[in-house]
Amino acid sequence: MDFLKDPLQVAANWLFGILAGWGVADLWAQVLIGFLGVFLLIALLMVVDILLVWVERKVVSRFQSRIGPNRVGPFGLIQPFADIIKLLIKEDTTPEGADRALYNLAPVLSMMSVLILWAVVPLAPTILGVDLNIGVLYIIGAGAIGTLSIIMAGWSSNNKYSLLGAFREVAVMLSFEIPMLTMMLIPTIFAGSMGIAAITQAQDVWFFFLAPLAAIIFLIAAIAELGRAPFDMGEAESELISGYNIEYSGMKFGMFYAGELLHAFTFGSFWAILFFGGYRFFGLEKVSAFLAIAVLLFKAFIGYWIIMWVKYTLLRIRIDHMLVFNWKFLTPVAFALLMVTAFMNALLAESPTWLYVGGMFLSNVLVAWISLELARFAARKERERTEGALTAEARR
Amino acid sequence: MTVDQIIFLIAAAATLFAAFSVVTTGNLIRAAFWLIGALFGVAVIFAILHASFLAVMQVVVYVGAIAILFIFAVMLTRKDMRDQGAQLNRNWKFGAFLSALVFAGLFFLLRGWGGVSKTAAAFPSDFDAVAALGGALVSPDAYVLPFEVASVLLVAALVGAVYVAYNHK
Repeated sequence: MDFLKDPLQVAANWLFGILAGWGVADLWAQVLIGFLGVFLLIALLMVVDILLVWVERKVVSRFQSRIGPNRVGPFGLIQPFADIIKLLIKEDTTPEGADRALYNLAPVLSMMSVLILWAVVPLAPTILGVDLNIGVLYIIGAGAIGTLSIIMAGWSSNNKYSLLGAFREVAVMLSFEIPMLTMMLIPTIFAGSMGIAAITQAQDVWFFFLAPLAAIIFLIAAIAELGRAPFDMGEAESELISGYNIEYSGMKFGMFYAGELLHAFTFGSFWAILFFGGYRFFGLEKVSAFLAIAVLLFKAFIGYWIIMWVKYTLLRIRIDHMLVFNWKFLTPVAFALLMVTAFMNALLAESPTWLYVGGMFLSNVLVAWISLELARFAARKERERTEGALTAEARR
Repeated sequence: MTVDQIIFLIAAAATLFAAFSVVTTGNLIRAAFWLIGALFGVAVIFAILHASFLAVMQVVVYVGAIAILFIFAVMLTRKDMRDQGAQLNRNWKFGAFLSALVFAGLFFLLRGWGGVSKTAAAFPSDFDAVAALGGALVSPDAYVLPFEVASVLLVAALVGAVYVAYNHK
């Protein structure tokens, strides 16, 4: 029963006993067990990552009325492994005039920036890497390393297209970081803590019902942060060929690709954790840690599926539209929502749960309605300005 | 030597090496990347000092925003990003003298201070550094005035930047 509740602690204690029997000092045994834990988590993530290639290809083919990979193994399940072997035996090219050290460092940093995010993800009540009390900021900090890897790849490749792609991608990532961080502060207000574990524990009512607008803005900003369609300006295969990763071949390209897929899955899981209760599902998480992990993975896959749904449905937006959308609409709405939420939180602090949830929900709907009306007003004025007052009159 | 001290020595050596490389590298973009390395090293030192908020802010603000803007500025202002000017100008002797003087002054100052050789007291287990920092920033008998002044300064800088960039018709 204990093993079902807290498998990692039981395993760690068992290993500790064995190592102590061998005469290993306590400190070194702890370091060794810590390393094994990290290794286990990364191994699990990499296996999930391999399968994500298959999931992504199958889902996109369904969206596009195709069948997708179906030749190698049952349902094409062995396809990703064949792809990995292909990537490994491909020639590893380095362009003329590239900055070798930075060129080789960039894919590693890209993958690393995604993997370190999982250090703060609570997979189950008892299974999490570290319970940082600044978990929300840590996520943004890890994103900063991702941004760095992109500009590094773009510059060190010594290619105009990759540099242009990197510029665009970094401009988008830097700007959408602001609404994303602001929206992460709203679960922080509800939970009274920036720790990811505390935010999960506080969700007796899913935060999505308290702040639906915040969840939607967070998803939009996260998709832009991922550089996925409709925000895939950095790659823009029809104009920049492939953006910042154009010069990479073989497994180095594979690292960027796998990093991007895992990043999307990671943000799916953050969406689930911040707004949909993480591993909590009607007390299932108290039965067994394994069930909790299954619940979290299930919710994360739903988030990942929505990100894919958006990617394969919408067209790419022009870069100036993208930045205008962020700076003139998303960021002001995010700030307004943060202020309204903080105010309502102070106002409703003493009230019963149903009033708190209802008040928060209504204030979110109100902010969404007002901001959409304002956007409509601004868009109509802009149209009148460009088309001339006469045509606008005729249209009415 | 404790584990903390070993980590500190490694981080400090890496930071110093990166900082030295910033001023000795001829390539400006490379120098910017070395600067990022130095800033990371400072973040590690913050983390060793249990200032987790400052460590993460160091990465978010300096690495994620300021260093990236440095790289943008270098790329936008330089025609050839591999150009190499002279590393030193004729004031280098005076500059070296001044920095040696400052170093010597700090060295003797710290040698005379007993706090260097002491080990820091451990935090109580329920101490929440982030909450304490947040409380200090908004409480009137702590840092609310400097905090507000800094905010006003930043807003002024923001408005100024918008004005400079605004397309006057």
